[in-house]
Amino acid sequence: MTAPFGRRGLTRLAAGIAVVTVAASACSSSSKSSSGGSSGSSASSGSTAASEPNKASAPGITADTITIGSHQPLTGIAAPGYSEIAPSANAYFQWVNDHGGVNGRKIVYKYEDDAYNPANTTAVVRKQVLEDQVFAIFTGLGTATHLAVRDFLNTNKIPDLFVASGCLCWADAAKYPYTFGSQTDYTIEGKIQGQFIDKTYAGKKIGYFYQNDDFGQDGLKGLDSQISASSVVTKQPYTVTNINVGPQIAALQQAGAQVVVSYSVPPFTALALLAAQKLNYHPQWVVSNVGADPTTLTGMLSSYSKGAAGGSLLEGNVSDSYLPPPDDVGNPWIQLFRQVHDKYVPTLPFDGNVQFGMTFAYTFVQTMLAAGKNPTRQSVVDALQKSHFTGPGLVPFRFSPTDHGGYSGEQMNQLTNGKIQTIGPPQVTDGGSGPITPYTTAQPAPPPNGIPTS
Amino acid sequence: MVSGGHEEGVVTDAPGGRVDTAPAPTGDASPPRPGPPLGAALTVGVVALALALAIGVALASHHGPLVPWTITVIGGLLAVGASVGWLTLPANPLLRHLAVAGVAGLLLLLFSDHVSAFSDFQIAQVAYYVPAAAGLTLLVGWNGQLSLGHGALMAIGAYTVAVLMAHNPTFPVIALILAAVVVTGLAGAVIGVAAARLRGPYLAGATLALAVALPELATRYSGTLGGAQGLPVRPLGVPTWLSETFPAERWLAWVGIVSGLVVLVLLANLMRSGIGRRLRTVRDDEVAASLAGVNVARTQVMAFVVSAACAGLAGALYGFATSLANPAAFSLILSLSLVTAIVIGGLGSLAGAVLGATALVFVPRLTTNVSNRFKLDTSVKGNLPLAVYGLLLVLAMLTFPDGIVGGLRRLARFVTPRHRSPPAGSAGTAPSTSAPAATAPTTSAAAATAPAGDVQGPPAG
Repeated sequence: MTAPFGRRGLTRLAAGIAVVTVAASACSSSSKSSSGGSSGSSASSGSTAASEPNKASAPGITADTITIGSHQPLTGIAAPGYSEIAPSANAYFQWVNDHGGVNGRKIVYKYEDDAYNPANTTAVVRKQVLEDQVFAIFTGLGTATHLAVRDFLNTNKIPDLFVASGCLCWADAAKYPYTFGSQTDYTIEGKIQGQFIDKTYAGKKIGYFYQNDDFGQDGLKGLDSQISASSVVTKQPYTVTNINVGPQIAALQQAGAQVVVSYSVPPFTALALLAAQKLNYHPQWVVSNVGADPTTLTGMLSSYSKGAAGGSLLEGNVSDSYLPPPDDVGNPWIQLFRQVHDKYVPTLPFDGNVQFGMTFAYTFVQTMLAAGKNPTRQSVVDALQKSHFTGPGLVPFRFSPTDHGGYSGEQMNQLTNGKIQTIGPPQVTDGGSGPITPYTTAQPAPPPNGIPTS
Repeated sequence: MVSGGHEEGVVTDAPGGRVDTAPAPTGDASPPRPGPPLGAALTVGVVALALALAIGVALASHHGPLVPWTITVIGGLLAVGASVGWLTLPANPLLRHLAVAGVAGLLLLLFSDHVSAFSDFQIAQVAYYVPAAAGLTLLVGWNGQLSLGHGALMAIGAYTVAVLMAHNPTFPVIALILAAVVVTGLAGAVIGVAAARLRGPYLAGATLALAVALPELATRYSGTLGGAQGLPVRPLGVPTWLSETFPAERWLAWVGIVSGLVVLVLLANLMRSGIGRRLRTVRDDEVAASLAGVNVARTQVMAFVVSAACAGLAGALYGFATSLANPAAFSLILSLSLVTAIVIGGLGSLAGAVLGATALVFVPRLTTNVSNRFKLDTSVKGNLPLAVYGLLLVLAMLTFPDGIVGGLRRLARFVTPRHRSPPAGSAGTAPSTSAPAATAPTTSAAAATAPAGDVQGPPAG
């Protein structure tokens, strides 16, 4: 009699396990369809009337193309929702290409899947930079994933534009001169929300529900700077690996919190709302921008509750945004992006993710135009540091030689009758102890063909 | 290269325990004996000539695919020559392994010096999977303990480096790597004590739990371990004695190649030693092993410690390559990928571990290229690598149960004329070193899937 678990048995067991895993992972993939690559067949532009001819001025830039790369969670846990961002940005680039490109150059956007795993990110980004010779990395998504390539990109002097994460870490211009942020960072958001809560819900008991990582902790830093410590009755953290948030919500209820501030990603916002409903607990919810998109949440609420709950649970929730509400059909930027969406990516839901992708694609085109007729990697950095871009965002960027943080503020809003209603003017501030001031400059209208001019 | 002076030529590929003087309870399958070997002196000449040619081409040409291709061909020919027995390798296992590793290392270093920085990074990626896969193949293939938790052990290595680095940024790299090896080895001892009490599916289940639970500690103790965001690992700095334009990826590859070869040589020797025989005895029959005086539990724990230490080294290299120790990087998928790699490569074979590690890096790349070529949907593209692993695994099980290495060996047997002498001596008593290498497979179950345990030529890449 040989060992009860011989070599062949082992091999079979190993094979069996691996096959099961393959099957499971294949099932969990995002079902969204997307189109990679650029359109290619559109008419070439002859509209550039500048004297200087187009040159291959930098790696990734030829006389008629600009090639950029990105790492995106197209499959895996972060794919639902976030996998829409890159195809949407690409849709806007196709729009630009079909209108003659950037100074006659077409944008070729190569985004690849890293499944939200930092180890994959390092391989994907190195391939794009060292082998595909991209000019820049554009909206690389995720804090942990992007931290894995930040040193590499800066050592190799690759523009690292508009990292899709609200980590404070992208603002460090002295140490990482090639990295630029995108969205408003979580501490600024926390400050603006905190001030709103302190004024609007004065005297009420406040509880926090937050993700126990840089996202939640940075947000709490901002909140705590504005809300008096005595009115905060409890702080309940969650980790993304444990989907049972019942205990935290019960603790918030027990503590008598009348206002719950939720620094959560969409799945956990949905789980928290469902858990509260089960406990018949109905506080005022104030949710961080990243976890508040109504389209995404409605889908999750109905799928997690097997259809028993839906968007009605979101009614009255307060959040904020640095972009106009995606359902604001009167906003000319929303009209523009809807037009691009309907033409190139009509199968995606028009939500905050699509809007995010297109917003930064627009900002990238602005950047390339500002970087000169024959841009270099350095001229892009210089242009961004000097930029005062306005456009699809409600507030200005912070970009300067000493600060590479993204948007500088947020506008509060509330979901009323299923629609996002803004509250007051946008507010801007810094990540430190600076004051919070209203930003009253009106959002400019987009250029006629939807492409920035210079 | 030093020759052991075996004019009649000893077994080369399945480095076959035939040179062991102690009785080997189980045997290795030996390769066919296709004709007379070159002899020691001629072998030294051939290898020296091959190396001279490789170095000559490398020095003469700086760019283009000539050098990588020449080196690949030379390495391939040497590997084939060694594995079918034309080349006469030293009989002493240590000398033999050092010689093979030395030649392979020299060719790899030359190779890496003439490819793009990205190819160097891919070599580095293979190099950080190699120790983990090699350690795992020792544990699973040679000792019969299945671990589905080696990804978690790699996490311990990476986190050891990250925590020490945060504590004291001046620690030399070599100290960090050794610390990762020691700490993970200690963790392996603890896990091994538990594992030695478990059999079959229970052991698989326990190590699976380890793969799932261990990375969670990072979020539980987020103060020291950085939570979901992970801890930064400073990338390896290129030493000052190299030129300023020397790519960081190449240095990473060099560190990986050297570490990988050191591990392979150590494991190859271990497998040839008395410890290796004890490992196999325990795998094949625990009762018989204890009757023969082998301490079963101690042997199993020892196998786990060695295997874990290898995983720790892999984790440290992984940390340097990704410049991050992050729980998401050491997922269950990583653990299962390692098991897949060693099964596809050839369970129990170090060459198979190297081939499996190579597959782990190049299969996703291949499928991505195919997906891009045919403009496949993202949902297909993202899952294609895993589907291909699965398919490869199923195919391997059906057609080549001994993996790539076993398949190659069968192929060699098929194409080379047979000069086999009938089995000499009964199973269980190994022929002495002077016996002609008529190493008939023993009748044990192991022989059917017998490992080849030698360091093989460079991965093409």
